[in-house]
Amino acid sequence: VSERRVAITGVGAVTPLGVGARVLHDRWMAGCSGIDEGLGRCMEFDPRLVLTKKEAHRTDRFTQLAIAAAQEAFEQAGWGGGLPYDPERIGCVIGTGIGGIGTIESQHNILRDRGEKAVSALSVPMMMSNAAPGAIAMRFGLTGPNWGVVSACAAGAHAIGSAMRLVQHGEVDAVVTGGTEAGVTSLATVAFARMGATSRTGLSCPFDARRDGFVLGEGAGILLLEDAEAARARGVEPLAEVLGYGATADAFHLTAPEPEGRGAARAITRSLADAGVVPADLHYVNAHGTSTPLNDRAETNAIKLALGEHARRVPVSALKSAIGHLMGASGAVEAIATALALSERVAPPTLNYEEPETGLDLDYVPGVPKPLPARVVAARAVGISNSFGFGGQNAVLCIAAH
Amino acid sequence: MSSVETSPQVVEEVLFEAMAEMGPERADIRREATFEELDLDSLDLVEIAQIVEDSWGIELDPEDFANVKTIGEALDLVLARMP
Repeated sequence: VSERRVAITGVGAVTPLGVGARVLHDRWMAGCSGIDEGLGRCMEFDPRLVLTKKEAHRTDRFTQLAIAAAQEAFEQAGWGGGLPYDPERIGCVIGTGIGGIGTIESQHNILRDRGEKAVSALSVPMMMSNAAPGAIAMRFGLTGPNWGVVSACAAGAHAIGSAMRLVQHGEVDAVVTGGTEAGVTSLATVAFARMGATSRTGLSCPFDARRDGFVLGEGAGILLLEDAEAARARGVEPLAEVLGYGATADAFHLTAPEPEGRGAARAITRSLADAGVVPADLHYVNAHGTSTPLNDRAETNAIKLALGEHARRVPVSALKSAIGHLMGASGAVEAIATALALSERVAPPTLNYEEPETGLDLDYVPGVPKPLPARVVAARAVGISNSFGFGGQNAVLCIAAH
Repeated sequence: MSSVETSPQVVEEVLFEAMAEMGPERADIRREATFEELDLDSLDLVEIAQIVEDSWGIELDPEDFANVKTIGEALDLVLARMP
């Protein structure tokens, strides 16, 4: 049985650059930054514009961001007027790094200050890490396979990879997938700082010698994946295609990446093999690029290991330079950014890249966008999106735009 | 606690406003409406009971609502417990 092809027919994003996937792409291309005072908050997001009162009352912010992004993806895919498939044949798989940590913190404060009886009965349904796919299933009536994915900063990419397999293997006709995170909270901000993961300077400058940690961000990215044949049959032109997925573990350290990038390189290699492409076919790398000293060096090594000579030719850029690290949402938001970049045949820029570091010598697309080589203007453009999580969990998606 | 704060009008006003935060349109929240019609469930009832306790010191258990169908019946349950 041949595997089915997996089309991306709709995307939605809420990020520190604004509300909307197109807004994300346009503002990133223009070199705008969504980072303010060292944090990447979704200042333009107003849940009341999309959610019902009941949804807003019963959801943590991480679920609210996901619902808004899903609504955008539905409308773009032409699903706004109704589901194009049997609801049982539509899944929903969404990743998050932490889940409803804002609810956990606020309810714990209530328990401490006002006692047991003041704790909300909605605490558990709001904080649970699988709340977003549950809420999206209820909003749109999706009754197929439904679960959450938890792999720290790789959760969004793992979710998309899992969703891709559901479609490929014919278990469903479509999946609503992606990642979401609302972890810019007092405890999370302090906890990441205590482990030395976040930037003291508040500057997100991936691959630059001055980088000193990631900038904490929040947001959501949601994609509609459909069986490509079914999408074509209903007359939809896909935005892009998910060609391949590779997932590995470093089995090295609780938080630090393996310095040579071997685990990450294997994930890249597996995603390319899964996609049926060779390194020379690759036109763009959307880096994990956290702006931490360890990641950006290990990732550079991984790209060199996996792509060989081609590593020096392919443009590599990091969206986190413009929005910070959206943790469980980052893999999904970056997959969307990759799809949009490929469809426009352009590598968006890595912002704030000024001071090179020895050994970090790839083409990081500093400052201004770079058109992809002319030869891909007519043919398909192929890229990868890298995501690596604390825990040594690596997920790489290979995406193509025709 | 003054009599003004515990008048039926005040109880109704406080609880109707609270229910409106939970989902239903304010105009649909009437004494005759049922919790089912307003899509208010057991989780909402726990929150309503918390508001009642916070506002007037009256403790309600989930079982107290076992036979309550309408908003009016819930209000009467609260008013009957008023000191």
